[in-house]
Amino acid sequence: MKGRGPGLVAALALVFLHAPLVVLVAFSFNTGRFTVWEGFSLVWYRAALADPQLAEGLWNSLVIAGCAASLATIIGTLVAYGMWRRPAPLLAGALYLSLLTPEVVTGVSLLALFQGGFRFLHLRLGFYTVIAAHTAFSIAYVMIVVSARLRQYDRSLEEAAMDLGATEWGAFRRVTLPYLAPAIASAALLALVVSFDDYVITSLVAGIDSETLPMVVYAMARRGVSPVLNAVSAFIIVGFGSLIVISQRLQK
Amino acid sequence: MTLRAWSLLPARLVSTFLLVVPLGIVLVYCFLTRGDYGGVEQPWTLENVERLADPLYLAILWRSLWLAGAATGLAALAGYPLALFIARSGRWRNLWLQLVLLPFWTSFLVRTYAWIFILRDTGLINTTLIRLGLIHSPLPLLYNDGAVLAGLVYNYLPFFVLPLYATLERLDNALPEAAADLGASPWRTFWRITLPLSRPGLVAGSVLVFVPCLGAYLTPDLLGGGKTVMLGNLVQNQFTSSRDWPFGAAVSMVVLLASALLLAGLLRHKTARELL
Amino acid sequence: MPVYAERLMGHVLELRNIVKDYPGHRAVDGVSLRLESGKFYSLVGPSGCGKTTTLRMVGGFERPTSGEVWLNGTMVNSLPPHQRDVSTVFQSYALFPHLTVLENVAFGLRERRVPDAVGLADAALARVHLSSKAGNKPGQLSGGERQRVALARSLVLEPQILLLDEPLAALDPNLRRQMRAELKALQRSSGITFLFITHDREEALSLSDHVAIMNAGRIEQLDTPESAYHRPATRFVAGFLGAMNWFGDVGVRPERTRMSLARRDDASLPATLESVLFLGNSLHLHARLPNGSTVVAEIPSGGVVLREGTSVWIEWDPADEMRW
Repeated sequence: MKGRGPGLVAALALVFLHAPLVVLVAFSFNTGRFTVWEGFSLVWYRAALADPQLAEGLWNSLVIAGCAASLATIIGTLVAYGMWRRPAPLLAGALYLSLLTPEVVTGVSLLALFQGGFRFLHLRLGFYTVIAAHTAFSIAYVMIVVSARLRQYDRSLEEAAMDLGATEWGAFRRVTLPYLAPAIASAALLALVVSFDDYVITSLVAGIDSETLPMVVYAMARRGVSPVLNAVSAFIIVGFGSLIVISQRLQK
Repeated sequence: MTLRAWSLLPARLVSTFLLVVPLGIVLVYCFLTRGDYGGVEQPWTLENVERLADPLYLAILWRSLWLAGAATGLAALAGYPLALFIARSGRWRNLWLQLVLLPFWTSFLVRTYAWIFILRDTGLINTTLIRLGLIHSPLPLLYNDGAVLAGLVYNYLPFFVLPLYATLERLDNALPEAAADLGASPWRTFWRITLPLSRPGLVAGSVLVFVPCLGAYLTPDLLGGGKTVMLGNLVQNQFTSSRDWPFGAAVSMVVLLASALLLAGLLRHKTARELL
Repeated sequence: MPVYAERLMGHVLELRNIVKDYPGHRAVDGVSLRLESGKFYSLVGPSGCGKTTTLRMVGGFERPTSGEVWLNGTMVNSLPPHQRDVSTVFQSYALFPHLTVLENVAFGLRERRVPDAVGLADAALARVHLSSKAGNKPGQLSGGERQRVALARSLVLEPQILLLDEPLAALDPNLRRQMRAELKALQRSSGITFLFITHDREEALSLSDHVAIMNAGRIEQLDTPESAYHRPATRFVAGFLGAMNWFGDVGVRPERTRMSLARRDDASLPATLESVLFLGNSLHLHARLPNGSTVVAEIPSGGVVLREGTSVWIEWDPADEMRW
């Protein structure tokens, strides 16, 4: 298999990967409502910005992703560091399990937990259940990014700091943390995207007051196609794309 | 308490109470009776597990396996040449790799919605074909297994390409050259050298596509229409509209167990582990 | 404590029967050692002999399974590294990549809240001729420069003992010879006790006032380089510190072994010269005894050259015999 064979299939595969998103974004600039090009306009973007449901979903998503990503970044960084000092196979196993568990199973398991717990505590599903769920499944992503950076970290750097008079905590704060900073920032952005993107788990553990942007988008997609949704998609594509590009730059 | 012990504490708490305990609850629910208004009740029973053998649910299991298997096969057909091409493209490697990953970095929901936009009755394909006069009434492209298959391949193709690329990239270039030098044609070289040597990547990629496809929920939900298409939809359905949590729990455990076994099998191989 | 202080007068470090076990193997097997203040010590041995583990127990990075580490009359087994008045130069140098050279050198002073940390660090950098690189990051330095920064960073704290973990291993051979001389000069001028770990016998012999030879977790001999070389306590030490010819239980160094055409006395052994190797300042003559074993004689080059295949007589002075 030399010559043009793989090149041709590769080109087709790349078209397959990119064409759907390109036409999706292209038609967000269409004047008409239908899938026929009628001319350039920003009317659907204006409609998207004016939609109160989308605005509320976006705000909820930002609050939830912000809180969950912050918590997951702190917890994930700490656990990566602790496991770098000495492996904790059971804990690592539990976190990897969270990555391989199908989202819908994670969702129903958390639903079962919250419902079971709330019967005794008289609480209801809402913001904090969503934040708790998102924190739980984002930790593994943070751990993986930070662990990758720690694998290239020279253990003697921390020992040198302690040797020169720093306490365990001082060595962590003054030497290890600055070394990890780019990876932590990168992991935080990844956690933000992972949390912001989630629909399946969120839909199962959200309350009436905590409808996120993906839930609004899902409802619109179920109702039928509207060019407003194309405009929202374009926003999301550009937003996620820039966050991921920054995140990857930070990892280098 | 040392810094190390302290640093593991929050993750221990979260993973215990928000990851392990919930899955434990689901496991326990498998063996309880459904409550009248959702939830679970006593007595203990094996009925939910037995119901998995019902032909109705076996058909869903079969369809899930079939769709996941077909998606893996299609991902292999498209992904192998793609990975080979990238591995051989010299200094452009990273650019191509980024291009493969780029769509993957956008929202899962948006990527799936893009297929609704393309496949529905008034979507891009049908509208174009009608305007070209090739058809008079729209083809039923959306809300069937074909649409689900397209969505699955689209969403998980990078999972196949990445480990395979990693294997091909590490492959010693001198080996195919030596085969050619010894008189093998390009096709023979591929069959006898490149393909066997890339097996770890092929296996890893296949498992990484098959497992999430088997537990998929959103893709079959949006592209398969309202019907209960795959195991993921069955789980969601039992926990929401059908209000049969114990049976939903039993299905969950089947999906989780299958995923865990497949991935554990993969992780047992050292070469495959290094690719992940 | 005063009792010990008196007894340990002059002993800056004492190890008492140190044992370190890891799951499945014993890395250090009963090491006892006393270091006098202000001297240059080497701990030399093959890789895996336990020398680095011993050093790490002195530095405080590992705790002995049993035995005691005494620093200046205080038992320090349970003290963390930052509370021990010793400093380590790591094999990888362990320079903090996010700090400048000057900040690296000032790190320990700042941790100790020493006033004018920057001034002292500057002076320390001047001592290793690196003032011009004060603002650089470690990544911009050459191997030799990094080594000198690591030395300055530790020496500026004026520790009781400087621990050096194979600090020359990462350098190329030429630089290594040059750094050897610098290291010895730094030890002399600072008056700090150096404990130097190496697997290179030439380094150990050339640098040290005292050399401790380690094998399989034990110290086989602690002596001056001259005594250890000429009067090795064990067969291992003899073989590790230099080449040996073995005649049954008797060992003789190649440079003390002679080969001649005429038989001198009854002790001479017949042999056949097999090859002559020219090494610049010396010649190595390889001969084979009738029993099949080889003997090497090292002689200054420029002498009479024997032809390969010649029958020779092997001789040595009984005073040069080593036997165990």
